[in-house]
Amino acid sequence: MRGADGGIRAHYRAHDAWLQDKPGDFLQQKQREANALYTRLGITFAVYGDQSGTERSIPFDIIPRIIPPDAWKIISDGACQRVRALNAFLHDVYHDQEILKAGIVPEAQILNHPAYRPEMRGVDVPGKVYVHITGVDIVQTGEGQFYVLEDNLRTPSGVSYMLENRKMMMRLFPELFSRMAVAPVDHYTDVLLDNLHAVSPSTSSQPTVVVLTPGAYNSAYFEHAFLAQQMGVELVEGQDLFVANDVVYMRTTEGPQRVDVIYRRIDDDYLDPLAFRPDSALGVPGIFAAYCKGNVTLANAIGTGVADDKSIYLYVPQMIEYYLNEKPIISNVPTYRLGNPDECAHVLDHLSELVVKEVQGSGGYGMLVGPTSTKEQLAEFRKRIEQNPANYIAQPTLALSTCPTFSDSGIQPRHVDLRPYVLSGREVTLVPGGLTRVALREGSLVVNSSQGGGTKDTWVLESL
Amino acid sequence: MLSRQANNLYWMSRQIERAENTARLLDVTYQMSLLPYRVTDASQSWAEPWALPLIINGLASEYYASNPGPLTSEKVLRYMVLDSNNPSSIYSLMRSARENARTMRGIMTTEMYQDLNSMWLELRGLGEKALDYGGLNEFFEWVKVQSHQFRGVTFGTMLRDEAYQFIRLGTFMERSDNTVRLLDVKYHTLLPSVSEVGGAVDYYQWSALLRSVSALSSYRRIYRDVITPRRVAELLILRSDLPRSLHACMNSIYEILSELCKRESMEPERLAGELHAQLHYGRVEQIMETGLHEYLMNFLEKLDSLNTELNNHFLNPVYAPETAAPTSKTRATA
Repeated sequence: MRGADGGIRAHYRAHDAWLQDKPGDFLQQKQREANALYTRLGITFAVYGDQSGTERSIPFDIIPRIIPPDAWKIISDGACQRVRALNAFLHDVYHDQEILKAGIVPEAQILNHPAYRPEMRGVDVPGKVYVHITGVDIVQTGEGQFYVLEDNLRTPSGVSYMLENRKMMMRLFPELFSRMAVAPVDHYTDVLLDNLHAVSPSTSSQPTVVVLTPGAYNSAYFEHAFLAQQMGVELVEGQDLFVANDVVYMRTTEGPQRVDVIYRRIDDDYLDPLAFRPDSALGVPGIFAAYCKGNVTLANAIGTGVADDKSIYLYVPQMIEYYLNEKPIISNVPTYRLGNPDECAHVLDHLSELVVKEVQGSGGYGMLVGPTSTKEQLAEFRKRIEQNPANYIAQPTLALSTCPTFSDSGIQPRHVDLRPYVLSGREVTLVPGGLTRVALREGSLVVNSSQGGGTKDTWVLESL
Repeated sequence: MLSRQANNLYWMSRQIERAENTARLLDVTYQMSLLPYRVTDASQSWAEPWALPLIINGLASEYYASNPGPLTSEKVLRYMVLDSNNPSSIYSLMRSARENARTMRGIMTTEMYQDLNSMWLELRGLGEKALDYGGLNEFFEWVKVQSHQFRGVTFGTMLRDEAYQFIRLGTFMERSDNTVRLLDVKYHTLLPSVSEVGGAVDYYQWSALLRSVSALSSYRRIYRDVITPRRVAELLILRSDLPRSLHACMNSIYEILSELCKRESMEPERLAGELHAQLHYGRVEQIMETGLHEYLMNFLEKLDSLNTELNNHFLNPVYAPETAAPTSKTRATA
């Protein structure tokens, strides 16, 4: 909130001025109101491994994270650029594999990757779009300085919080919106639906789109239902769909109905017991064959996981240069590959200063934050690294920017990251906003909701 | 709409309706148990008021399996209100209704889900306090209000689409099932023959039955005379202007199914039409001649067939060789 000179930054001034004339317990009261509303509305997520209850409200902080227009332009251009390059990369690795032949990305690393789907080789997807929805995790370290932490290309979640948080803020502080030019985000689901229509294999003007969920016990079920409702399409489970003659249908009260586009929130492995994991009860037998025949579009495409793990992340800047012939607008965080013995030795020597992550980990599980770990934790993690170094990467702990956050002791700085959602189909765009995750514990760098993180509304200002 | 969704909505509203009916029944049972009337003959223990909720819901054997020893009001209340292992307890019904709603949020309005969610959170917060004897009345009142409120918010906010129709269908199917069972158990267990009618006990039992379906004052307004089983049967079976009568329920069911089946004529519509005609053109003399119990059992059987047809056509259609939905004589559950 404050600049280097200690003054309030330009983009927080209006909010700060507004807050000045409020009574002392104003924020406390609003925070209570917000918490009660979230519980009543039932906006929840499930926490895996938590036996006590299957649902919990995600903590919501009532101070917005405000992004000035110039910073947003960097984020927006940088995220779209990455998605264009990643789409081109996915098309390439499932067709001519030129980037592998050129030696820019090691061939073995792709072809032996567990998320690489040889079955997808030569399959043409509509519009050559593989990642229709991408969550790009971005952190800020200083004025106008951004880094991409990771690209989420499989089934990125959290967008419902972006939309619900905005609704909540407009309900709590309507007068703030009249004072500040906050760019709207509500049209996200319209843009999403339009993009999904654009990749339909059918020429019908009203293709049938559905959202496929693993079911009510999935941690992100609320979001699946929310998106289906907002788009006005059916929320289906595997058991609602069936395949006949390589065409996908859903069981309805009026008989079978053909399905054209599936926004699926089920991982590749579980999509089709005939093609992938035979023990999957979540999927739809025969759906992969229907997909290969071009009778149905899956969003995101099958096999995108090969481009979103942390070992492939390293090559995204090269992909941008190779496919787009552009310079990356947002850099990667400098990353050590522990598969490389020299880099591994360096990391093990500096373990207490670094963040170490599993190459395929997600959700803040299986990671070590050196500076805040105990000796025992460091020693234990060292052992795990030594057993399988190639399974890990390491990054320096960045001087993550903070954002004013409401806590028991008033407004305090807390570390934040940002996940904007990039949509592709007709073109590559994003709505001005995203999910800001905040580490609610003082000094903590871990923003994951499963690890004590919360969310904030993200305000992109159209003008200062 | 998706068959699974129709099925969840249908059961959601059946569960709410059943919770309401259970509360009504327990409330009346509680009132009856306060009367200076006790069964002294042990072989007549089925006539003990607290046995009625179990008999009506077909839960007597399940109850005794998990509650050995003599039947007490506390045990029956706990079993029917709070027991999470009893799928027909108010607790379980509200939990399932809310769980069904949770998976259907995309189809319902926000208000509808909020309503069921608050209901569930409140019940869970209430816990054991729900059974405090002094507050028992208040608790049953609360359950009824929840059900009224949910019907109200559904009526007031929901799009009049197929989903709406399946929600209504669930309400009326459950309600008619309940009315049949209620009438039958009174007749069967308390009035072995019509000639035994009369006396204070009978009066209180019949008036309690009427009160359990909010029909006592309607009875008075319509008949302005003493309560007789024949009139009770007429009121609860044949009068179309009493909202919990079989005739009123079948009016709604038939109307909903005519709407849902308008593209082609289907078995559910035919069955509902048959039942509807039976009530629409029926006379109470006929019913009493056949025997009320026989009449009601026959009706329940047809209601079960209708439920099966609803499954086959809408809620659980089978296109591939899959296992069909099981049907049985026991009370249907989701």
